[in-house]
Amino acid sequence: MNFEEHAGKPLLKAAGIPVPSGGVATTADEAAKIAGPLGKVAVKAQVPTGKRGKAGGIKIADDAAAAKAAAEAILGMTIGEHVVEKVLVEQATAFTREFYAAVINDPETKGPKILFSTLGGMDVEEAAEQDPNAMRGLAVDIRKGPALADVKAMLAGADLGGVEDAVADLLMKLYDAYAANDAELMEINPLAVTDAGGLIALDCKFTMDDSAIPRHEETAKSGTPDKLTGLEAKGKELDLKYIELEGDVGVIANGAGLTMTTMDVVRHHGGTPANFLEIGGESYTKGTEALSLVLDNPKVKSLVINFCGAFARTDVMTDGILKAWEELKPTLPTFWSVHGTGDVEAVAMLKERIGVDPLPDMSAACKAAVEAAKNAGDAK
Amino acid sequence: MIIRGTHRVIVQGITGKQGTFWSERMMEYGTKIVGGVNPKKAGTEHIGVPVFGSAVDAMKGLADKGDGGGFDVSILFIPPMGAKAAALDAIEAGAKAVVCLTEHIPVQDVMYMMAAAKERGVKIIGPNTAGGVTPGECFTGFMPAFNEKIFRPGNVGIISRSGSLGTLMCLNVVQAGFGISAFIGIGGDPIIGTTTRDALEALDAFEKTDAVVMVGEIGGAMEEHAAEYAATMNKPMAAFIAGGAAPAGKKMGHAGAIVMGNKGTYQSKADALSAAGVAILDTPMDVGPVLKERMG
Repeated sequence: MNFEEHAGKPLLKAAGIPVPSGGVATTADEAAKIAGPLGKVAVKAQVPTGKRGKAGGIKIADDAAAAKAAAEAILGMTIGEHVVEKVLVEQATAFTREFYAAVINDPETKGPKILFSTLGGMDVEEAAEQDPNAMRGLAVDIRKGPALADVKAMLAGADLGGVEDAVADLLMKLYDAYAANDAELMEINPLAVTDAGGLIALDCKFTMDDSAIPRHEETAKSGTPDKLTGLEAKGKELDLKYIELEGDVGVIANGAGLTMTTMDVVRHHGGTPANFLEIGGESYTKGTEALSLVLDNPKVKSLVINFCGAFARTDVMTDGILKAWEELKPTLPTFWSVHGTGDVEAVAMLKERIGVDPLPDMSAACKAAVEAAKNAGDAK
Repeated sequence: MIIRGTHRVIVQGITGKQGTFWSERMMEYGTKIVGGVNPKKAGTEHIGVPVFGSAVDAMKGLADKGDGGGFDVSILFIPPMGAKAAALDAIEAGAKAVVCLTEHIPVQDVMYMMAAAKERGVKIIGPNTAGGVTPGECFTGFMPAFNEKIFRPGNVGIISRSGSLGTLMCLNVVQAGFGISAFIGIGGDPIIGTTTRDALEALDAFEKTDAVVMVGEIGGAMEEHAAEYAATMNKPMAAFIAGGAAPAGKKMGHAGAIVMGNKGTYQSKADALSAAGVAILDTPMDVGPVLKERMG
């Protein structure tokens, strides 16, 4: 789960990292009110995406009236695919340098990694182009946390102009914020060196591990839920992994890998998938809900149902789909491929209840579904 | 590591519904399950094997029985928030390998398990794996090993991040007239104990394996790392990468299956493997003809 800047910064502050004073506004008047006592402020669009500055979503304002005008300009603008609904109004900070600091989950070392670079205030990719060696890293044993001496050793030789100890101390605190909040990513970019020689976090990018949300219910309330279409929201309510796509061939399969592959094979045969929908694992009893979800999408012209049972029993999944089928009596051209645990029972069930034989393999089923969708399109 | 019929196995969470069902299937197939763990049912017997309060107790209790020692492998049928403690228990007990089937374990818990396992030289398989099959010997997890149409014994080794897709690949290999030497399900999480490359090295060293089929997925860099090893192998190899049709920036069911910017893409993986001499399969159905051609 992603957290916008205004929701991430309090977590930094709680770990003892300085952040600018300010508040969140959803109207220009609120922005002016927050700016009043702060003097010169930065007005920043709050959207869960990068490149806000380049899109014009960050403006500096000298006083409350200017902050109001800036908020008026920013609220309602579209950045990436997000409409700006709120701005963060913060006291502007005079600074001399911009660094980059982060803690990530690193698949290579299978542990946390602290990252630091003196090239901050720009994209990581951009910085890497400028100097591929600027990024320093420290792999951490999560059982012990980082040792200050190791953090200092990581920073050795970096041109920090006298704030070495402050940076090392800040990285220790950043790690605390990462660990305390089950972060996948806890990033400060830019980490500014103020005119007074202190450090301050001018941005915060925080992503919480979705699997850890159950143990951070309070914090998770301030996160930004994924933007869902109506059908995706319905899928989520049913606890199904459903992603709406552009095409017209509906897909139901079990397991993430098999579902992705079904989409790939639909595309291989010249079609375009209408959705990702998997009912494997714990959801294998949800065939009924899955079928109605696919049928609710008006773009769908044909359907491929592809089961290869391991943990998920194909007879249970097939029975679930057939229950919905018998109730809804859809006319949608549908093609089945059924193999694995419970396949003998599943195939017999299909024959007996709806008089259907599965195709010999998923490629044949996908091909038939792609042709049916094309024919349905031509007929209109 | 490849789990064999001679390995002594315990199941943590053996008394639960899924733990019971799949332990019975594993025993029927030939997996040497010698005990189980449930702290609330220590001292009882379940489906014919003793239940211990912990894996540490199981190691000692089984050794004291004197019929062949403690255990080699523990399989975890444990809910996400309890998985870390269960894995640490198995590691502490001195397991050689821990098969972690659980999906949705917090990643920081997984990393903790990995650090402890590394220190003690314990292999972790998973998390978020459907397990493994050594056809004709044993299986671990929830794989349809007993289905002869899918897991006929033979000489092709299979690696997969996904259980369902791996099962499909085995089916296609068997339909093409080949058999399976070992199926290694490595799991769909972003951080896993046995990587694609680790599994590839295990199959390269496994005398029953003459060819390898790798089933990869978009996301991460594991297929690229495996390609470096594949370039050094003499055994023929084919690979299918799932998710070429998936949109960028969205998790496709597996937490590990996500394309970020230009990282983790289908093309990056296909290019790396292709350059290492691996045959890239357009669809899983192409595996038969490719194996026939490459295995002569």
